[in-house]
Amino acid sequence: MSQIFHRSTNTFARITIFGAVFVLAFVTWAFTELDRSTYNTRATEAREQPVPFSHAHHVGGIGLDCRYCHTTVETSSFANIPPTKTCMNCHSQIWLTSPTLEPVRASFRENKSLDWIRVNDLPDFVYFNHSIHINKGVGCETCHGRVDKMPLTWQENSLQMEWCLNCHRHPEKFVRPREFITTMGYQPAGGQEEIGQRLVHEYNIQDARLLTSCSTCHR
Amino acid sequence: MADEPNVHQPKTDIAPGYTFGTVTDQIASVVLTRRTPFFWYAAFGAGLVLLLLFLLAVGVLFVKGTGIWGLRTPVMWGFAITNFVWWIGIGHAGTLISAILLLLNQRWRNSINRFAEAMTLFAVACAGMFPVLHLGRPWLAYWLFPYPNTMGVQPNFRSPLVWDVFAVSTYATVSLMFWFVGLMPDLATLRDRTHNRLARFAYGILAMGWRGSARHWSVYETATLLLAGLATPLVLSVHTVVSFDFTIAIVPGWHTTFLPPYFVAGAIYSGFAMVLALAIPLRSIYGLQGLITDRHLDNSAKVMLATGLIVAYAYILETFSAWYGGNTYEQAMVWHRMTGPYAVSYWSLMLCNILAPQALWFKRVRSKPVFLFISAIVVLVGMWLERYVIIVSSLAQDFLPSSWSIFQATRWDWATYIGTIGLFLFLFFLFIRLLPMISIFEVRTLLPSAKVEEEAES
Repeated sequence: MSQIFHRSTNTFARITIFGAVFVLAFVTWAFTELDRSTYNTRATEAREQPVPFSHAHHVGGIGLDCRYCHTTVETSSFANIPPTKTCMNCHSQIWLTSPTLEPVRASFRENKSLDWIRVNDLPDFVYFNHSIHINKGVGCETCHGRVDKMPLTWQENSLQMEWCLNCHRHPEKFVRPREFITTMGYQPAGGQEEIGQRLVHEYNIQDARLLTSCSTCHR
Repeated sequence: MADEPNVHQPKTDIAPGYTFGTVTDQIASVVLTRRTPFFWYAAFGAGLVLLLLFLLAVGVLFVKGTGIWGLRTPVMWGFAITNFVWWIGIGHAGTLISAILLLLNQRWRNSINRFAEAMTLFAVACAGMFPVLHLGRPWLAYWLFPYPNTMGVQPNFRSPLVWDVFAVSTYATVSLMFWFVGLMPDLATLRDRTHNRLARFAYGILAMGWRGSARHWSVYETATLLLAGLATPLVLSVHTVVSFDFTIAIVPGWHTTFLPPYFVAGAIYSGFAMVLALAIPLRSIYGLQGLITDRHLDNSAKVMLATGLIVAYAYILETFSAWYGGNTYEQAMVWHRMTGPYAVSYWSLMLCNILAPQALWFKRVRSKPVFLFISAIVVLVGMWLERYVIIVSSLAQDFLPSSWSIFQATRWDWATYIGTIGLFLFLFFLFIRLLPMISIFEVRTLLPSAKVEEEAES
């Protein structure tokens, strides 16, 4: 009887069997990398807005406090997107004829909100509250990054659950005194570990077991 | 030697008169024949129809969710977990036959181990459906495994449900490897005997270059022994872990230490029932009475009787310990089972699992395949009822009478359950048609001529 397979089939079979291990390992690695990539999370991708609002100019240049616009960040779950009237506090006086700002003036004239594009969007199954984070000493910068250096706003972090848990498991590595809450480029006056431990105690930050309980965020 | 009277070997494992050639011819012809018996088409067709029913039920489940089943608080496990435990238990006989009986040198197993192992694989496939479908969001089933996910969480390793994942997936993997390694010499036989080019190619790929050299056989023997060693603890561990799903919880009727051995015995009980329910029709359709002899049926029936007695003992112990333990809730649970809304199921299960199999004490019953087939079906029904009673009656009436509620199976419950029977039949008859259902080379070692040569060598 003639041979069914060519001699090379032996080599081919060995390569596929042993190669499968490497292929599977590679696929797993590629999957985990892609899952965390900025392509997937859209982190660090500057989003187009109806008006090219620059945090770099308003925060970094002029030095406005975050809470000038995001007024409810200390008291509400939502940090607040300012109404057009907040823009017009200044822009009824300066840059009156700038064509870039025409949508803002139109919004004010017609009493219609600007349709800002949301940048930091958590999934709806996550319960997130800004005020508790601000009051327990989590600085704006910790999650939102150096907003004072963003000409157009981007999402700084992945917003994936493992990123949330980084801090919920070890809050002492991230918390800062409340007086520096909106400070950009904050540097701890001493060891973060030591200050963090003290603040966790002082601000009554719950232990990791409660902070990582499912229903803390998924209610 | 062949014409000597059988005084030295009062018990032969297969019927006399076979030679190496006729064994191979008879088993291989089932696969390589052009004429497939009508029975095969009927059984395969029935399986296919029920499989389509299963796909329909699963489709509706995906669209509408688990609410289409009778799952209502407090009975959230219902049919799904009942069927899971039933199927996974059925698989156990295959592993017992192929691994433990191999290590114990019970050579009669050689003519039933192949299809028993196939039965194991397909039963595990059916069993695996239920926990996944029961998840509610089956597309997230991969969350059951610890993989480097972006959620920063791992499965809860203190939960027996996670142990289940590992127990069952290990079981499926080892069973598959054992089955495939055992198939290789026979795949090579089929490759060499078929005249169909496509079949020769397919069997050739699967045989992985098996040529039957002494070196091949030596490696094969080692691999089989190692796999048998791996599979042996699984016979005990898998159903033990399944029983932990119940015993770790504090629900009355579940939280007892004797559940693991009771579950293992029940698993082997139902598994051997399934072996009989498959072997009896198969051997008469394909005329294999010479290979799967009355002695095989007799032995399987004895195993059934023995494990059935262990299960009966467990039922008695369950009642006794509820009384002797003095726990009000346990006592109430036993009372509810015997007299409550599930009394019919409970007493039917006693009838099927304890009373009916006592007929197997009699040699006359064990030597009649028809009776054996009927008692195997009765035991399969009984073992299903057992899991149903354990799961549903304990959940329906637990500590808080205000939350009591009666479970009512919907037509989708039944469609999913019967559908997996279809999946099983479909896979099993596909296997019968495409692969040798009896291990050719292992049966050849049972022939008297093989024994003579061994003796001459030593």
